[in-house]
Amino acid sequence: MELFADTLSWLLLLSGGAFVIIGAVGTLRFPDFYTRTHAAGVTDTLGADLVLLGMLLQAPDAMTAIKILLIFFFLIMTSPVATHSVAHAAYAGREAPLTGKLLLRQNVPLAPGAEDEGGAS
Amino acid sequence: MSEFLKISGRRIVLVLALIALWMLLSGYWNKATLVAFGAFSVAVTLWFSERAEIVDREGVPTSIFPRILTYMSWLLLEIGKANIIVAREVIRPQIKLAPKMIRVPADQPSDLTRTIFANSVTLTPGTVTVDVREDCLLIHALDEKLADVEGIAEMGAKCTRLESGRGA
Repeated sequence: MELFADTLSWLLLLSGGAFVIIGAVGTLRFPDFYTRTHAAGVTDTLGADLVLLGMLLQAPDAMTAIKILLIFFFLIMTSPVATHSVAHAAYAGREAPLTGKLLLRQNVPLAPGAEDEGGAS
Repeated sequence: MSEFLKISGRRIVLVLALIALWMLLSGYWNKATLVAFGAFSVAVTLWFSERAEIVDREGVPTSIFPRILTYMSWLLLEIGKANIIVAREVIRPQIKLAPKMIRVPADQPSDLTRTIFANSVTLTPGTVTVDVREDCLLIHALDEKLADVEGIAEMGAKCTRLESGRGA
């Protein structure tokens, strides 16, 4: 039983680590700011979740397990807020997103709500 | 009794949640001094949130329980699926993306459910909420196949249902 739990937690930790690396690689490889935030999102959702799940299986007692669950909870509550505020700051600063297959720059309108769908210029 | 619950129900829930959090984080329950300090910190927190006037339906969102639990487990599954799509885009030898800005209608009656909706969209990799407007969300999607307006609108409908039967 212990061997089973150990193997499972190793698998979870390794795959979580792999997702964190994939997120980091994506942050470097993706073409513009907005697409990079998506790659960073892989790191703080599936990567962190799998690592925490792997640690949960190694928790010596219930108190530690509950603390790990609380970390998971607070991570889920806070990370989208941070991501949104960064992305919104970029948009408010009129950082032009690359859109479409050709990755054309789509200008951000000065007035909110005036952008036309796929209107690359 | 029901009148009493209506006025102080949220405070009772807040106090119980704070006591539970303190117990879970410290683990002491048989040392009188420490428990007294715990009770003191719960009381101070209650006093502060009372002063800051955040003991309302947004600060202590009792109305979305227990539906939020099933919603969160559904959301975790969706996050897992979207993560695999994004990870595949990352490890592709030649990056082939078609990012897109989409607008998804957000007709949630309350700010609370709209915030949950916007945060769920951001939490799902491949979609980031860029702007929250009066009637819609502006979402940046990593690829055409992640820019699924109907799917995201359905997520919004789930968020609306979290708080059913209560007006804004």
